[in-house]
Formats: sequence, structure tokens, C-alpha cells
Amino acid sequence: MTIGVLALQGDVREHSEVLASLGEVCRPVRTPDDLPGLRGMVLPGGESTTLSMLLESSGLFDPLAGALRGGLAVLGTCAGMILLATRVVDGRPDQRHFGLIDLTVRRNGYGRQEASFECPIAVASLGDPPVPAVFIRAPLVEEAGPGVEVLATLPSGPRVGGEDHRRRGGGDGTPVLCRQGRVLVAAFHPELTTDRRVHRLFVEMTKTEA
Amino acid sequence: MTVKRGLADMLRGGVIMDVVDAEQAKVAEDAGAVAVMALERVPSDIRRDGGVARMSDPAMIQGIQAAVTVPVMAKARIGHFAEAQVLAALGVDYIDESEVLTPADEAHHIDKWAFDIPFVCGATSLGEALRRISEGAALIRSKGEAGTGNVVEAVRHLRSILGDVRRITQADSAELYAWAKELAAPIDLVRQIAATGRLPVPLFCAGGIATPADASLVMQLGAEAVFVGSGIFKSADPVRRASAIVEATAHYADADLVAKVSAGLGEAMPGEEIGSLEVHLADRGW
Repeated sequence: MTIGVLALQGDVREHSEVLASLGEVCRPVRTPDDLPGLRGMVLPGGESTTLSMLLESSGLFDPLAGALRGGLAVLGTCAGMILLATRVVDGRPDQRHFGLIDLTVRRNGYGRQEASFECPIAVASLGDPPVPAVFIRAPLVEEAGPGVEVLATLPSGPRVGGEDHRRRGGGDGTPVLCRQGRVLVAAFHPELTTDRRVHRLFVEMTKTEA
Repeated sequence: MTVKRGLADMLRGGVIMDVVDAEQAKVAEDAGAVAVMALERVPSDIRRDGGVARMSDPAMIQGIQAAVTVPVMAKARIGHFAEAQVLAALGVDYIDESEVLTPADEAHHIDKWAFDIPFVCGATSLGEALRRISEGAALIRSKGEAGTGNVVEAVRHLRSILGDVRRITQADSAELYAWAKELAAPIDLVRQIAATGRLPVPLFCAGGIATPADASLVMQLGAEAVFVGSGIFKSADPVRRASAIVEATAHYADADLVAKVSAGLGEAMPGEEIGSLEVHLADRGW
């Protein structure tokens, strides 16, 4: 069984390489014909407005939404998190999203590129050491519903890059890694580092029954 | 550096469009641009008007930042680190140290390590690309010949850069020193190419892209995203052409789709023969 990586725009290659290094077979997904036979799906980082438009024009949006509602396990990072959230703030009015995890997410909520940063994130369920996390014009989780399991929050420690005074939002305790049922989302980019634990967690999710 | 180059990774597979005002920026975003490049005159107008081309008016850049939610890039002159400082103060998401503007320094490019904001630089060859990366560029684009609507120079640059990358992967460890010498580039970066088979940062295409098929061509040659300058807003129907180029870039290997989006787009921007040009912008920078 194969894991699909949405391959319309964004850092598709990084996700595919991480999954391949974990021994998984990956398939780039560009049209509805690419969907059958998947046991998991990755929505990569990219521009969520562009991705939303290309999902629509490729005819992929509705069949993919159906597959996800039917229990296809999914990992969304950054733009992928926006596409999976139930409520998106500061998006385009015509921007479509799947609405599968009960989060309110503000696009670019941490600020522009000058506010992008890197810091270690403690994830209790993944153990020590903390997961290195890269945030790039990241979406900010403003609210997580009661059914959402918050796996990690922003720590108070030091951050590399992204001067704190330029940050528009995102204080200690902001959720950055969340799960609800078969949906796993990260505001950061685990695919840009060599730590594979977030992807490993997702691969485990794809192996359990829906 | 992961934070700096990461933004370029997120732009891959997308189209970055030159825009001169908030209205064009909205058109670009509506069409699915992954980012916009804010500048006062597109390259074909700079070419026509002549004179010294400088960084754009900060008020104009701020107007565009307010109009769109996608990343906003802006251009500084080669070597003009004070213009780059101004652009960083404005909070632009990317700075293009660009040969389209008149160079401010004939020997030195900007020390890009001194900035938190990532830089993109143009290159015509692998040596030039590696020198820019050694100065801190987080993204390389082909120079092409901006403002001509003629893709031939961009193709030359992509083939030169990627052809040398492929040759380096075949070299033995002793030959890598000769490559570093020939390219006038740091040995560490040459070794990195030998080990990974890739440029150390993403490679995008710029210069002369005017049609969806142009975008498909350069993506198939190995570019990871495209910049379109004059090609959209100097064409007969910018709205349709912009979205057609976005589709053709995302689905570059699907000729049926490129054919479909190319149909009935109206006139492309007027093109120019490279031999007839008075100024070769790609010769700027070293």
C-alpha cells in the first residue's frame, strides 16, 4: 500500500524522501486518477492559496475530500495544516479547505518571513530529545476544539532567526502539532530536518484501522 | 539557513509574478501566484526607457504588501546593500539582488549573510551560482534576458548550470579540485554537489518566459519554479495568461493540459531577438 503526496506545488520532494527513507512507497498525487489504493496522504508545505486553486482546477478537491472523510490518514504541514483546519482566518474568501480537524488557524499568523524561526519542540509522545522545528510564515493555531489532541506547544526557550519583536502572534503554549482521529497536522516543517519521528508517527497512523 | 532557504522550498512548483501596483498584485494572487515581485517598471519598460533603474518606492512596495497575502519580493541593485537594508526594514519576504536594475558596485555583490531576509540572485553559469551561494544567496534563478519575451537565454543558463551539476556527479575526488578552480567557486560547495547531485539551494527560472509552454519547457529542463516578468502584464489578456502559466507550471509534464490552457490566450508579449539588443542585462554581475 502506497502513501500519496499532493504534488501540485510546494516541498513535495522532501516529504517523499523522508517517507522513502522510512521504507514507504510514495506516489505523487496530481489528479483524481492518482487517488485509488492509497493508505495515507501528505499535504505538503507551499502556498495555501495556490494549492487551494490547483486542487479545484485539477478536479482533485472533491474526490480527495471524500477519501479523507472516509478515513484516509493524512499529514498536513504548514499550508497542509491550513487546508485541513475547520476555520481559516486571513485566508482568501474563495480559499477552500477540507475542514477535518477542529482548529482555528490564522494564515501567516506568526508574521512575514522576517518572523520565521527555528526552535526545539518537546513532544511527550515522541520522547527525548525535542523535535527540531522550522517555522516559515507559519499558520498560527488560535483555537483547538475539544476533540483535538494537542501533541506539542510552542516552548518559551530561545529561537533561531525571526526576531521576537517582529512576531505578530504565537506565545508560549500555542499548539504546533495536533491530531484528531486520522488527521495529523504541524505548523512547522518536519520534512525540512533530519528528525523523522513526526513522519514515523504518521506512518503508524496509516497502519491502524480507520 | 534552513529558515532562509525553506521559504524557497515552499515556492517550488509555483509562479512568481512581477507586478507594478496593488491591482496587478491582486490579479497575480487571484491567478494562483505563489509570490509577487514588486517593482516600479517591468523589465521590458526598463529596457525601453533606459537610464538608471533603482529600487522601487517604499510606498509602492507597502501598497502591494497590504494588497496580498502571498510573499512579496522586491529588487535591490547589485552590490547596493543600503537598498537591501531598506527592503529588509520594510519587511519584504525576499530580496532579489537583480541585474535588471543598474548595478551599484562593479566588483562586489551584497554580503547576504549579513541579512535575516533571504536573497535570490541570478546566474548564467554554475560558477556564478556558487559564488552567489557562497555570499549567502538562499535561492538561485537563471538570469535569462529579462524583458525580451525570448526564452533562449534562460534555456542556455539552465542547461549550463544543470549540465555542469550532472558532470560533477561523475567526477572523482581529485577532479573536484579542478572543477572548483574552473568554476572559481568554493570546493565545499562543489563537493556538496558531487554528494547530492543538486545545487545546494533551489534553482528557479527567470528571463523571457511568455507562454505556458515556455514554463513547461524550463520546468522539464530542471527549474523548480518560474519567475514571469513582463510576460503576463504585457500580454493581451493578463488574467487568463497568468492562470494558464500557473497551471502549466504545476502540471508541466502533462502536454494535454498545457495544450488546453494555452488555447485562445490572445497575443503574448512582443518578443525580441537577442542579437538586436543594445543592452544585455545578463552580463551584469560576476
